[in-house]
Amino acid sequence: MADRFPSSAQLLARQIGYQNRLFRRTAISAFFTLAFPLMFLLLFGAIFDDVDPAAGQVVAAAQFYAPALAVFTAVSATYTNIGIVTAIYRDEGVLMRIRSTPLPRWVYMGGVVGSGVLIALFGSLVMLAVGFGLYGLEMEADRIPAAIVTFVVGVASFCLLGLALAAVTPSGQSAPALANATILPLAFISNVFVVVPDPVRWMDVVGDVFPLKPFVEAFYACFDPFRTGSAWELGLLARIAAWGLLGALVAVRRFRWEPSTGGGSRTSRGRRRQG
Amino acid sequence: MPAVPAVPAVAVSGLSKSYGDVVAVDDLSFTVEHGEVFALLGPNGAGKSTTLEILEGHRSRDSGAVDVLGRDPGDDHRELRDRIGIVLQEVGIERELTVREVLEHYGACYSRRLPVGEVLALVGLDGLGDRRTHRLSGGQKRRIDLATGLIGDPDLLFLDEPTTGFDPSARRQAWAVVDGLRSLGKTILLTSHYMDEVEALADRVLVIVGGRVVASGTPAELRGDADRESLIRVRFPVEESGTVVDLLSRLVGRSSVRNGLLEVWTPAPTVDLHHLTGWAVEREAALEGLEVSRPTLEDIYLDLISQGDEEKDSEPEATDNG
Repeated sequence: MADRFPSSAQLLARQIGYQNRLFRRTAISAFFTLAFPLMFLLLFGAIFDDVDPAAGQVVAAAQFYAPALAVFTAVSATYTNIGIVTAIYRDEGVLMRIRSTPLPRWVYMGGVVGSGVLIALFGSLVMLAVGFGLYGLEMEADRIPAAIVTFVVGVASFCLLGLALAAVTPSGQSAPALANATILPLAFISNVFVVVPDPVRWMDVVGDVFPLKPFVEAFYACFDPFRTGSAWELGLLARIAAWGLLGALVAVRRFRWEPSTGGGSRTSRGRRRQG
Repeated sequence: MPAVPAVPAVAVSGLSKSYGDVVAVDDLSFTVEHGEVFALLGPNGAGKSTTLEILEGHRSRDSGAVDVLGRDPGDDHRELRDRIGIVLQEVGIERELTVREVLEHYGACYSRRLPVGEVLALVGLDGLGDRRTHRLSGGQKRRIDLATGLIGDPDLLFLDEPTTGFDPSARRQAWAVVDGLRSLGKTILLTSHYMDEVEALADRVLVIVGGRVVASGTPAELRGDADRESLIRVRFPVEESGTVVDLLSRLVGRSSVRNGLLEVWTPAPTVDLHHLTGWAVEREAALEGLEVSRPTLEDIYLDLISQGDEEKDSEPEATDNG
């Protein structure tokens, strides 16, 4: 046979481009993912002069908030965005149409994840650029490798958690609520919007258990002017990666391609008249 | 031209599928030859879509053997999905994309593809390539479904109720599209609950009710005896309905009474009319709404379905001496 499938790399590149295009053309996702966190940086920059992420370690507000909000942007682009969009496409039947083609499943997933990583990277770089340009954000060059690795581990994990979110969400309608109900309260106790000055113990524990606060802490470590020596936070990275693995497990076991509503009526299809 | 393979395009044998207690497909067997347009005809809930979804690889089966283009769709072969086109019921489309982008995107998944312009012309969407999909009408969206099913130049096309919800002129256009595909040599397996659609499109038909075959053959064969039969219909006075059993036993044709309406399918309309009118004269009863006609396709289909129903759960209100 002369006909051959396009190479996996070609297919994957096309899928990533396709997901990027869908994102660009959905104004609401672009706003909440990219503009919304940036607004917070501008607001916090105007409201606060300085913050103390750790006792006695006072830094300029943007020195802390730019990296923290860069992380939040990355999480919005992956966890929130992937979770919502994938659940909606499943409900609308788009995933069924995709599954009808010979596209390997993993390539579709790879496209979703790859696009999430690129959008996260773009949003976070814009955030940091605004920090460097407007607020005098500082970073030592030898911490760049740690920052990149931390970013990659965090973003990959939250991509997988986004797929898990799509897998457990009952319907496309409930996906935005579930995404925001999980990530926003967590952001408040994970030092994204406010640096909790004197956290009560449960807040600390909850924040530490979930992966957002470790991501913020590990990434901020690369920007922390009081820190001496290496910026590597391997313990935190391991904790984030563990959540990523959990997300992968849930996504693999629970992911569905057929609409939940359609699936329901499909199973009740068949003969209604029983005797 | 490649030689037509000797094995059928689709072979189904003893296929069964239940959802809990509900039997959707019950010991179904049929084959579809290469280049044939084959229809599964039946009412809602007959098991048509379930059968199609099993053949497409979208649904598992409980038992039976299924072979599609030489492979078992239950095994999820990429190569099989490459050679079949699937037009599902009620599947969404990316609203953010234009028609052309959708077709290019889906086309890129296949090992070979038809030119986008050719597919647009084939399904009657010429000139709409640059329109965003959310600005298309319902009928135009259904054509995109067909277009994404065709873009990979499939050997075998599954069409699940391709014209449900269409207005009459859109249905005619869709039929013309399917006719065009047939002349390209595509094998097509479609479901429908319209007898006229099947008559217009299908080479062979399988009528299923409650997951079981009630009739099969060419549309002409389905007409079969019915073409030589007449259909007598008469509205029965309710007070007389208790006394009709004796009358019915004397009729030559098959008869049934439903909701006060007597239907007689008979090869001897003169004789049966004589019985009917004699019975009415005796009782001085009026035979309201009496009519004798050639059964239409719709009548034949409804008759087939009701026979299937009666075999299945022998309804008390149906009197049948056939």
